[in-house]
Amino acid sequence: MARIGVVTFPGSLDDRDAQRAIRLVGAEPVALWHGDHDLQGVDAIVLPGGFSYGDYLRPGAIAAVSPIMTEVIDAANRGLPVLGICNGFQVLVESHLLPGGLIRNAHQQFIRRDQRLVVENASTAWTNQFEAGEEIVIPLKNADGGFIADAESLKRLEGEGLVAFRYRGVNPNGSLDDIAGLTNERGNVVGLMPHPEHAVEPGFGPNVAEAMRSGTDGLRFFTSVLESLAARA
Amino acid sequence: MPTIVVDVMPKAELLDPQGKATTGALARLGHGKFENVRIGKRFELTVDGPVTDEIKAEVRKIADEVLSNSVIEDVVGIDFGDGTCECGDACSCGDSCACGASCQCGAAA
Repeated sequence: MARIGVVTFPGSLDDRDAQRAIRLVGAEPVALWHGDHDLQGVDAIVLPGGFSYGDYLRPGAIAAVSPIMTEVIDAANRGLPVLGICNGFQVLVESHLLPGGLIRNAHQQFIRRDQRLVVENASTAWTNQFEAGEEIVIPLKNADGGFIADAESLKRLEGEGLVAFRYRGVNPNGSLDDIAGLTNERGNVVGLMPHPEHAVEPGFGPNVAEAMRSGTDGLRFFTSVLESLAARA
Repeated sequence: MPTIVVDVMPKAELLDPQGKATTGALARLGHGKFENVRIGKRFELTVDGPVTDEIKAEVRKIADEVLSNSVIEDVVGIDFGDGTCECGDACSCGDSCACGASCQCGAAA
């Protein structure tokens, strides 16, 4: 059985939700601790949403230099699948595993909504169970979700297909090019602001056209990584 | 003990939502002539011992790699506290001197 680690930082909120999502697709969640240097031999890693170290300095900045991240960065550079959700995405950006930066939402307010997304890159470790161009609905909740990059970096990441997800309908935070999530060149590291772990179980997911709270598009992030691990084995 | 001051600002070309909110508040209070407010950060690093060239190099590295994120921010100034007063005392840039003179900044960042 695949073992997927979920790192808990001081201030993480959705670590248990991520563990639950992992359990729902038939994998074993493994709790990892920010202060450790031990990845416990996991096959993939989720950096969950919430906050970390009070998000002092910049969101994700202190977590990016925490003991566990030394190991996560090393493992990611060796090809281990890593998914960063919300604050986890901010940690990946601050760790330079993904390009660009995330700043306060342009409208200066926290926002929570069931967000439509377009899957732009369906060939990563975390998105291979989607179709490119497919529309999905994933809950979003953040204050610091504005993605920015300089013009040259933006051109590069658009040109190289590193945009994994784009907001559709509403751009909820002023992100450039409606960017909701990114992948690295290798496709093993993916980060996004919306929360796939909150769209995994009917009755507790986002509202979708068919029925209230029934969206489960988030499950496929986790089945994707299982597929990717199986293909590698 | 010497204190080194590092100033970090959001990049000029990027939206500064905190500054924008403050600009709006000032306008509501009747201070509409201030067309723009931008908010940055000031870090004060206290060091035990003299501010050597080695320390300065270390501070520049910390400022670039930890205290700021070059994607979204610029380090706009580092004050190593090596200014001098007209009366000859040492002082930190921007402070006033014990003798009443203003501090003349020394080596800039």
